[in-house]
Amino acid sequence: MIYRFTCIVCPLGCSIEVEMEDGKVKEVRGCTCPRGKEWAIQEVTNPKRVVMSVVPVEGGALPTVSVKTAEPVPKEKIPELMKFLSKLKLKAPVKVGETVAEWEGIKIVATRGA
Amino acid sequence: MFPRIPMLSYDVVVIGGGPAGMAAAIRAKELGLKVLLLDENDYLGGILPQCIHPGFGLHYYKEELTGPEFASRLAKRLVELGVEYKTATRVLEIKNYSDLEKVVIFTSPSGAYQAWAKAVIYAAGARERHAFEIGIVGDRVSGIYTAGEAQTLMDIYGIMPGKEIVIVGSGDVGLIMARRFALEGAKVKAVVELMPYPGGLARNVMILRDFNIPLYLSHKVVEVRGKGRVERVKVVRVDENLNEIPGSEFWIEADTLIISAGLVPSVKKLKAIGVEIDPATGGPVVNDRLETSVPGIFVAGNSLLINDLVDYVAEQGELAAEGAKEFIENGGIESRKWVKVEKGENVRLLVPHYLSGDRDVYLYLRVSKPMEDVELRIPEIGKRMKLPVVKPAEMLRIKLRAEEIRKAKKLTVEVVKA
Repeated sequence: MIYRFTCIVCPLGCSIEVEMEDGKVKEVRGCTCPRGKEWAIQEVTNPKRVVMSVVPVEGGALPTVSVKTAEPVPKEKIPELMKFLSKLKLKAPVKVGETVAEWEGIKIVATRGA
Repeated sequence: MFPRIPMLSYDVVVIGGGPAGMAAAIRAKELGLKVLLLDENDYLGGILPQCIHPGFGLHYYKEELTGPEFASRLAKRLVELGVEYKTATRVLEIKNYSDLEKVVIFTSPSGAYQAWAKAVIYAAGARERHAFEIGIVGDRVSGIYTAGEAQTLMDIYGIMPGKEIVIVGSGDVGLIMARRFALEGAKVKAVVELMPYPGGLARNVMILRDFNIPLYLSHKVVEVRGKGRVERVKVVRVDENLNEIPGSEFWIEADTLIISAGLVPSVKKLKAIGVEIDPATGGPVVNDRLETSVPGIFVAGNSLLINDLVDYVAEQGELAAEGAKEFIENGGIESRKWVKVEKGENVRLLVPHYLSGDRDVYLYLRVSKPMEDVELRIPEIGKRMKLPVVKPAEMLRIKLRAEEIRKAKKLTVEVVKA
C-alpha cells in the first residue's frame, strides 16, 4: 500500500510517498527533511488533528464561543469529540484561552471571549 | 458642507476594523497620531472572529492562533493604547479637499458625523464573488450562500445553513468550509473547481481526504434547480480553455450551494475620489508607503490585494500607518524618482507598484500558473531566487533592500524555469 500526499509541515510542500507493508512503514520517499518524514509516518499510522467548533453561550455579545482542542486529537476519535462538544452549553463571561471543558484528558479551550 | 453634522478632527481616520485596520490604528497611535477607527460591524476583527480554524499568526505573533485569537490580540492592544474606535458605523463618503484636508462622512447609531483628517487609511477588506457573477443560472431559491455568509451563520450565530452541500471553488475558504460542514455532520457532496488544479494551500486540500469529499477539477456548476429551496445543481466538465464540454453534464442532489469563488477588493469609495485601480489586483496602484494615487489616502489588507495570510495583512496595516505618519509630518510623501516595478513572465499581480529606494520593501506577488523548479528573477539588478514550487494560490513575499532598488530605474519581476 502506497500513500501519497503533499507535506504540510512547511511551505515547501514536498510530495511524499509512504510505502506500507503489513501495517508497518517500509519506506518514506520524497521528503527533504526529518520533520517531514516524522509527520508523514504519523500521518499514515496515527493521524491527528486539532479540532475546532463553536459552543452556544448564554449572555454573551455573540450567541456562540469558538473553541479548539489544546492538542491534536486522533482522527478517528473526532466524531466522538464533536458529539461531546454539541452537548456543551456555556455561560458568559468566558475569556479567550479559558479551559471550558475537558474530554478524555484533552482540554477544550475558548478561542473567542463572551 | 454639512453644518448640522457634528465635526470631529483627527490626524488619521482608519476605515475598517479588521486585521489591517486594527494594525494600522495601533501603529498610528504608537507613532503619536490622533486616530479614529471606524467599522461597519458590531464587533471588531473583520472576518477573523468567524475564522475559527487554526493557521493564523505564524509570522506576526510567531505562534499558531485561530482567527478569533488573532483578532482578540489586536483588539486588546487597541484598547490598551486607548485608540478611539466606533463600530456599527457606515462610511458614506470620503472627501478629498486638499492633500492634508480629508473628510470622512459616516453614520453611527448615535447619528451622522464628519471626521476631518490629514490622512485616511482605507482597510475595508474585500467582498465575495456571488453566484450570478460566475454565471450560475436557474431558480431563485433559498439555500445559496457565499462561503463567508455560511461561515458567519455557523461560527458566529451557531446556525447550520444546510445538510447536503455542494461547494463551488477549492480555494482556502471553500476547503475550510467543507471541513466545517463535515465536522458539524453535514454531507459535503462535492467541491467543484473550474481550474485543473486545487485553488487552496496543500494543508487545506488535505481536508478533502480527511472527510472523503469528492473534488471535481475542471468542472463548473452552471445551474440550480428547486422549488423554494435548492434541490439539485447541474455540473459540467470544462476543457483546457475552460469551455463547457457538451454532453458531460450531470446533476448532484443537494439542499445548499456554497459559492467560494474568490474575493474582490472593496474599492468603491476609493474609486469615487479618483484613486487609480490596478486591473490585476482589483485594488489601488500604490507606492512603497501603500499610498494610493491620491496623496494622503493609504490602503492596506484585502482592499489592496487579496492576501492569503493575515500576517501580511497586519504588516500592510502597520506600513500604511508609518506612511501616514510621514505624510502628515512632511505635508506629503516627498516626491522622488519612483522606481516602477513591472510584471514579467508568469507574474499575474504585483504590489507595490512604485518603490522609493530609500527603504527596504516587501514585494507581494502571485504567479499566473503553477510551476516547479523555478527562479524568481529581477534581471535589472541580477537578483535570483530559487523556488521549488509556485502556485497561483500561494502569494509570494520577497524582500528587496533599498540599495538593490536604487540600482535600477525600473525593475521587472519574472518567474521562470531555473
